[in-house]
Amino acid sequence: MSNAVSILNGASSNGAVKITEAGLRGMITLRGDLSSAQLITAVSAAVGLGIPAQRKVNHGPMGGVAWMSPDELLLLVDYDKAAAITADISGALTGEHHMAVNVSDARAVFAIKGVGGREVLAKGAPVDLSPEAFGIGDIRRTRIGQLAAAFWMTDDETFELVCFRSVGAFMFDWLTNAAREGSLPEYL
Amino acid sequence: MLMLKCPNCGVTAEETEFVPGGEAHLTRYTSGSDSQAFSDYLFARKNPRGVHFERWRHAFGCGKWFHAARCTATLEVFGTYTAQTSAPPDDILKAIKAKRPEWEGFK
Amino acid sequence: MSARLPSGGSIIDRETLVSFTFNGKTFKGYKGDTLASALLANGQTLVGRSFKYHRPRGIMASGVEEPNALVNMGQGSRFEPNQRATTTEVFDGLTATSQNHWPSLEFDIGAINNKVPGLLPAGFYYKTFMKPQWAWKHLFEPLIRKSAGLGNAPREADADRYEYFYVYVDVLIVGGGMAGLAAAHEAGASGAKVLLMEQTANLGGRLAVDEAVINGKPSADWIAQIIADLEAMKNVTIRTRMMGSGVFDHGYAMGYERITDHAPNDTAPRHRLWRIRAKRIVTATGALERPLSFAGNDIPGVMLASAVRDYASLFGVSAGERIVVVTNNDDAYRTAITMKNAGLEVPVILDARAQANGPLPTEARALGIRVEVGKAIASVKGYKSVTAVEICSQAGEGTPLETIPCDVVAMSGGWSPVVHLWSHCGGKLNWDEGNAMFSPDPTRPPLGADGTGFVLTAGTASGDLCTAPALQNALNAGRQAATEAGFSPVESAAPVVVASAEDPMMPVWSMPQNAPYKLRSKSWLDFQNDVKVSDVRLAAQEGYESVEHTKRYTTLGMATDQGKLSNINGLAILADALNAPIPNVGTTTFRPPYTPISLGSIAGEARGALFKPTRKSPIDAWQDANNAIWEPVADWRRPYTYRRNGETTAQAVTREIINTRTGVSILDASTLGKILVKGPDAAKFLDLVYTNMMSTLKIGKCRYGLMCTENGFLFDDGVVARLSEDEFLCHTTSGGSDHVYAWMEEWLQTEWWDFQVYTTNVTEQFAQIAIVGPNARKVLEKLGGMDVSSEALPFMGFSDGELAGIQARPFRISFSGELSFEIAIPAAQGQAFWDRVLEAGEAFGIMPYGTEALHVMRAEKGFIMIGDETDGTVIPQDLKLGWAVSKKKADFIGKRAMEREFLQREDRKQLVGLLTENPTDILPDGAHAVEGGKNRYGQENMIGHVTSTYFSPTLNHSIAMALIKGGNKRMGEVLTFPLGDKVIKATVVDPVFYDKAGERQNV
Repeated sequence: MSNAVSILNGASSNGAVKITEAGLRGMITLRGDLSSAQLITAVSAAVGLGIPAQRKVNHGPMGGVAWMSPDELLLLVDYDKAAAITADISGALTGEHHMAVNVSDARAVFAIKGVGGREVLAKGAPVDLSPEAFGIGDIRRTRIGQLAAAFWMTDDETFELVCFRSVGAFMFDWLTNAAREGSLPEYL
Repeated sequence: MLMLKCPNCGVTAEETEFVPGGEAHLTRYTSGSDSQAFSDYLFARKNPRGVHFERWRHAFGCGKWFHAARCTATLEVFGTYTAQTSAPPDDILKAIKAKRPEWEGFK
Repeated sequence: MSARLPSGGSIIDRETLVSFTFNGKTFKGYKGDTLASALLANGQTLVGRSFKYHRPRGIMASGVEEPNALVNMGQGSRFEPNQRATTTEVFDGLTATSQNHWPSLEFDIGAINNKVPGLLPAGFYYKTFMKPQWAWKHLFEPLIRKSAGLGNAPREADADRYEYFYVYVDVLIVGGGMAGLAAAHEAGASGAKVLLMEQTANLGGRLAVDEAVINGKPSADWIAQIIADLEAMKNVTIRTRMMGSGVFDHGYAMGYERITDHAPNDTAPRHRLWRIRAKRIVTATGALERPLSFAGNDIPGVMLASAVRDYASLFGVSAGERIVVVTNNDDAYRTAITMKNAGLEVPVILDARAQANGPLPTEARALGIRVEVGKAIASVKGYKSVTAVEICSQAGEGTPLETIPCDVVAMSGGWSPVVHLWSHCGGKLNWDEGNAMFSPDPTRPPLGADGTGFVLTAGTASGDLCTAPALQNALNAGRQAATEAGFSPVESAAPVVVASAEDPMMPVWSMPQNAPYKLRSKSWLDFQNDVKVSDVRLAAQEGYESVEHTKRYTTLGMATDQGKLSNINGLAILADALNAPIPNVGTTTFRPPYTPISLGSIAGEARGALFKPTRKSPIDAWQDANNAIWEPVADWRRPYTYRRNGETTAQAVTREIINTRTGVSILDASTLGKILVKGPDAAKFLDLVYTNMMSTLKIGKCRYGLMCTENGFLFDDGVVARLSEDEFLCHTTSGGSDHVYAWMEEWLQTEWWDFQVYTTNVTEQFAQIAIVGPNARKVLEKLGGMDVSSEALPFMGFSDGELAGIQARPFRISFSGELSFEIAIPAAQGQAFWDRVLEAGEAFGIMPYGTEALHVMRAEKGFIMIGDETDGTVIPQDLKLGWAVSKKKADFIGKRAMEREFLQREDRKQLVGLLTENPTDILPDGAHAVEGGKNRYGQENMIGHVTSTYFSPTLNHSIAMALIKGGNKRMGEVLTFPLGDKVIKATVVDPVFYDKAGERQNV
């Protein structure tokens, strides 16, 4: 899909922490009974992963799956495969009450790379971002300043953050400002 | 500013993640219902000093609604619980009774 | 005259000179100086003018409690008024000016207020500006405005940056003095995560000035050791230049960190507002010394005794050459001893008590200092500076016994624990008779989420004013906080403290005890706001019994002071005047912030481009590059119109409308809300949420639907498409998508939780691009990929496929009345599709149109707009939309309300169309129609108002919609709209002005 463009076309900024618009990411909202065998099988087929525990995210070679609420998962897949995987999941769950929606285009994704990433987020998220409270495998849905967002870690120094596409440019500006050289509290 | 535990996603978060939804456990009156009952459903709200039951939505989090039992005078939170109930559950009532023996119970 | 001492000053660096200006004059100071210490070092004792009387004011304190030394700091975009010289660290290039005087600090015309006796008594504001009414606008208000405030308002936007920072800790400790350090050590040793903040640049608090020996170590060594110990603990953080500004519910505290105030630069934020959640908060906020109330106690040179020795010990600055000490306690003797040892003259210590024989008075006498007991100051001589004191007996009425020349009066009326943070969130106080102060009542702390106390006090803040008990109290507090936060601290050995013992103080509220009016009217309580003993007595005499009322009536303890110096003395005077015990009078409410914090820190990063998020459509960049005139639509920005070379905005709108009605145009409708609703009960659910029947909608078809609140009032509308038996796509208004989505989820989660329905807000998944106009189909045919004939894709139908090779779902819906395809495209390909349409449409003269053309065209068709024709009190029937309210359904949200008599009345305001008599007259939005007669206020009777109004280029006539009382029965009536200088008359018509049969859209 050569026509498809992400919100900022991969823009990045280099402050105390590097902020990168991470391009298009396949995302599927899957609502249903998270304990259903059919659903567990469908998720496994789609991303090769089990259902994550409450507020956890699982990553693997085929993608990721995040726990969003008691009846909602977010599957992370290749952008180009999202539509087909959505259809596959719906097919696999025929007859079972569920909803699988390709929301890849509704989102903007950012990578926040650097040791100060926790502090960049803690300038806007009313969340305990200390290493004892938040680490790899956790996902947190919250707000960053005035914007709704969700984030998780991909390694010790990198966060991925997802927000709505329409505010992607604002989020980039916000993160860039929070990550300015010389502005980190050096506390966390 | 309150800290509340969302029973749906298990997170304890500050008030800015939540949106308040007013008094809990209202009975909905619909077509053909008594005029006074409907009026009360729309407009009459409890405003106690002390134990109160409220609706909250974890708007910036998991998006789910829940109920909170709270003291409006001291802001003590006795507990939060599912939104899918039309009355406070027993464990919440017990928790309140333990802290507020003089409380007359849920009405 | 004040001056730098040849040696001493534990926190200044005599190797590093800094240069700054005050009122344009250049001064030198040392690194580590505050502006106050540096001014004193340069002999500048006059620093400002008081609020009402413009009395000369000098530096009185050495910390946050300073009431007088407020200055304008910085210049231009870094200008800020009312900055305390005592908490401002000097740096090279600092510029400050004094405030509240004209033409100069030395000669101030406003001081005339001081010369007219009784000009500005208590309650002046309430008594004076009463009548005549005309004077308010022309005399009183300009006068009040001119005299309001001390400093000047900044005129330029702030050049600095500010931010928030959210942290969670086990134990938060406010104050880095002895108690804070000790409490942090105890809590930290238990493994608890501890954050300690200190408002100044230096740790140690008063212990750094008033020496003691702790566990065999001189205080400086003890401080250094405990800091080293704390720095070695990974779980403990110490932040200096960070003030605990407030304590709030559920363990919430604010820390105000001043990062660059002492070293301005362009990279770091100036202030950072820490928003801290702590399991336990320990306030180790120390105590503040109280002034004494004697005549002339506001003259520059009269200072707090502790401040006089702070300047000597910490900064190596003497406040003057001859220092008279006046006290009611032993502590102030330390000042006399310090100054004497520094080689300065201390002609006398006036002690109001009958005797003074403790170790400190004994030491003072041994140094040869004259000590007079039972004595007081009758009055201070001097105007711009102290020249002498007249002394008298404390017991009498102030008969002068002797005049003693001096240039400094060091006063001490005892100490009060800083209880502000304890009290912010409801901690209660006890009256301590012995020390004449309010101290925290540990049995009545502020309560947290679990109903237990979450604030503890430590050290002198607890009311233990002497070193040994204060230290023990702090150690206990640190351990208790850690325990309550879930840790298991180990009790350390009781500290061995060697410090001078102190005899009890004696409360002295008035000096001398029976001071007559003449002296009382020169005895200041609140130096900043010019409130004197006589003002509080007058307030009491006039019936003000509540301390809260007295505060407002007299302005005692207002503004930046917040009662730090004035509180206890003021309410003791009030209690005396009311003949009531002090605790019965009580204190005023302590409110955050403890000291003023910058507005910038409250705003955080939310300013300029980051003030508020703007939602942008996938086509936004193209629109911005193509002359879009933006308008805000809810949180979105949308093109109002696209102006071409030389066009006015109105001309551009007209062009866009005519092009749409006669050719083809393109609209970015991406902001339209889109919500997927799916499940076995989806149809049943939508029947409840919409007023009309959605369960009968056929798959592949669209239906316009309305949503009402339980009050029956219309709040959103949009087209619903049925995707399959159990799946619907609900379109909402641009501003309503989040609300409608939340609304649906609310009903599903809290009322009909047994329904099997899931929803997802897919608003931003799709760009929605409308191709509109008689030639629209030709453009789609040229794009190719789908059968878009009226047979394959009829009006109010939709289909899925590809257009121009891009996944597309065209809906045959129309908000303009023209042939229209609204096409949903995956958002990431929205721009690509937009480009293709422009390419394909070029041959047909396609052009984009904005929201104003959209509005005009929908008004020509009589289509309502949520927010224009609705205002939260309008039901569908008012808008001739009764056809969309089902009579068959047993229930839907709003149905019961519509059964109410009031909502069925025929004289409700109902939607009508209006044609003005003169076709070029355009009614203003909101214009009122009148109908003869007057109401009881003498105003003309109003029968309704204009809700939408435009000039229609299609009809070449102005058109309007209005909500008019009983409008349904007024067809053909001519209504009158008085508009100030003119009257417009308009005829009531059907609100559908154009293509009443709807033939143009259905082709």
